[in-house]
Amino acid sequence: MTTIAIPSGMPQYDDVPRYDVAAVRADFPILDREINGHPLVYLDSANTSHKPRQVLDVLREHYERHNANVSRSVHTLGTEATEAYEGARAKIATFVNAPSVDEVVFTKNSTEAINLVAYAFANASLRFDAARSASSGGTDDRFRLGPGDEIVISEMEHHSNIVPWQLLAERTGATLRWFPVTDAGRLDESGLTDLVNERTKIVSLVHMSNILGTVNATSRITARVREVGALLLLDCSQSVPHMPIDVVDLDADFIVFTGHKMCGPTGIGVLWGRAELLAAMPPVLGGGSMIETVTMGGSTFAAPPARFEAGTPPIAEAVALGAAVDYLSGLGMRAVQWHEKQLTAYALDALGTVPGLRIFGPEVPVGRGGTISFALGDVHPHDVGQVLDSLGVQVRVGHHCARPVCTRFGVPATTRASFYLYTTTEEIDALVAGLEQVRKVFG
Amino acid sequence: MQLESLYQEIILDHYKHPHGRGLRDAADPADQVGEAHHVNPTCGDEVTIRVATDGDTLHDVSYDGMGCSISQASASVLHELLTGRAAAEAFEVHAAFLALLSGRGEVTPDEDVLGDGVAFEGVARYPARVKCALLPWMAFKDAAARAGVGASPTEVKA
Repeated sequence: MTTIAIPSGMPQYDDVPRYDVAAVRADFPILDREINGHPLVYLDSANTSHKPRQVLDVLREHYERHNANVSRSVHTLGTEATEAYEGARAKIATFVNAPSVDEVVFTKNSTEAINLVAYAFANASLRFDAARSASSGGTDDRFRLGPGDEIVISEMEHHSNIVPWQLLAERTGATLRWFPVTDAGRLDESGLTDLVNERTKIVSLVHMSNILGTVNATSRITARVREVGALLLLDCSQSVPHMPIDVVDLDADFIVFTGHKMCGPTGIGVLWGRAELLAAMPPVLGGGSMIETVTMGGSTFAAPPARFEAGTPPIAEAVALGAAVDYLSGLGMRAVQWHEKQLTAYALDALGTVPGLRIFGPEVPVGRGGTISFALGDVHPHDVGQVLDSLGVQVRVGHHCARPVCTRFGVPATTRASFYLYTTTEEIDALVAGLEQVRKVFG
Repeated sequence: MQLESLYQEIILDHYKHPHGRGLRDAADPADQVGEAHHVNPTCGDEVTIRVATDGDTLHDVSYDGMGCSISQASASVLHELLTGRAAAEAFEVHAAFLALLSGRGEVTPDEDVLGDGVAFEGVARYPARVKCALLPWMAFKDAAARAGVGASPTEVKA
């Protein structure tokens, strides 16, 4: 056998970023819980992640020490709260390598972020809006849709990246088209040049599927989107928490993600958009903080991101999301990604030993993340989930807000196990043992 | 938690060996036939219930569906309990089943009224599964109304 040595100075095989999982788990108080007399085995992080003490502490400290409204007070507390809120925006901008901090718009979640873009299109497409001043962005043709224009999504989207575009298409007369999904659970790009064409105004795609676990390779799609002059939105709800994301590298126009899946609190999400596009977009929600000047005759609007953050924002939640980003950066997103890749490889092998188990989505740990959907024979996922819960194992069952994927694979629902930076191989063993119990009850 | 209280043998038996499954045409062409298809949007469970009645007696309550053990066993029990019953009686059983499932495990079921339906007592303690058990019963109510037999005034407090 010949051994090929990698020259010194080059990255070596065992040169992978790592962290101490046991130490990480100690940061998450909830992981000490028992469920139905068993240690908690939480395999539902694609649904929502747990929050480390470092994030919970910041949330509490904000309310105990710095609570005030933002962007409208000269007093000390108001200044502190504003600095913390804007500081969080800067952390998030750095986290996804945004060229400018003003490209980060805080929203409630990914759903709201996608809707924000869709409604900006809808607003720009209203006929009487064409007469609006340039400051509202209402005259930009890139956001105007009508009959003959096309919106492109895929069959593997979460409902939050389907329904807003269906509504937009209905309201503007534009046509909604989509990429199909292959039997292996990959995006079928074979029709790319036909699907994305000179009529396409926006392509909105999931980066990592919340049900199949597939991580979509986007470069060919991006190239085609650029060729036809359309816009590209990537739903990164499932990728930003799990891998390094660089918006410059991705070359998207918009990305969205949500705080609660990345160690942050609920109620805070992010729309990142290229500065020039955000500046050209009409406002969506009107109210305080998003204006430049208001008269009874009309208003002009603030520059982004304020233009899209009407009303008092989720301040403490944003600050805590900043802390979550610090936590993730402390571990290193490469290390998180590597940890989950190992777990995924382990889980795919382990699940492969369960008789009658069928995996939906890629069966190799390549181009996929640590979210695995499966069927166990004919046993309904609700029943699978119920038996697993009796053993402390928390998985999600149902259609995962991605019903077209279930339809594509001919099942009403699936059982889904999803991993995160605190998941261990022992927990995957507990899942596999639990599935044996399911087979006993329903066999 | 005691998994056995949820998955009682009676429920698993109805699930594995459903009674009277399949949608059937009315045996008597004079019968009124009503059908309703209900889905549980959170889990994708589906059930179709068809009621054939002369206005007094439910000649047949047939069904088809796919879903979890609880929803499908519930449809089987519903068929068994209500087929051949007087409409008024059927609605009493319907009300008793709803009361049991809305009772958070604190309602003691009457076996004389509910038959195998008493096995669902345990399900009432699992809020996430109550809707599974009620799915066929809600579809039945709609199907019966479409067949011209009055819907029970009972409302579910789920």
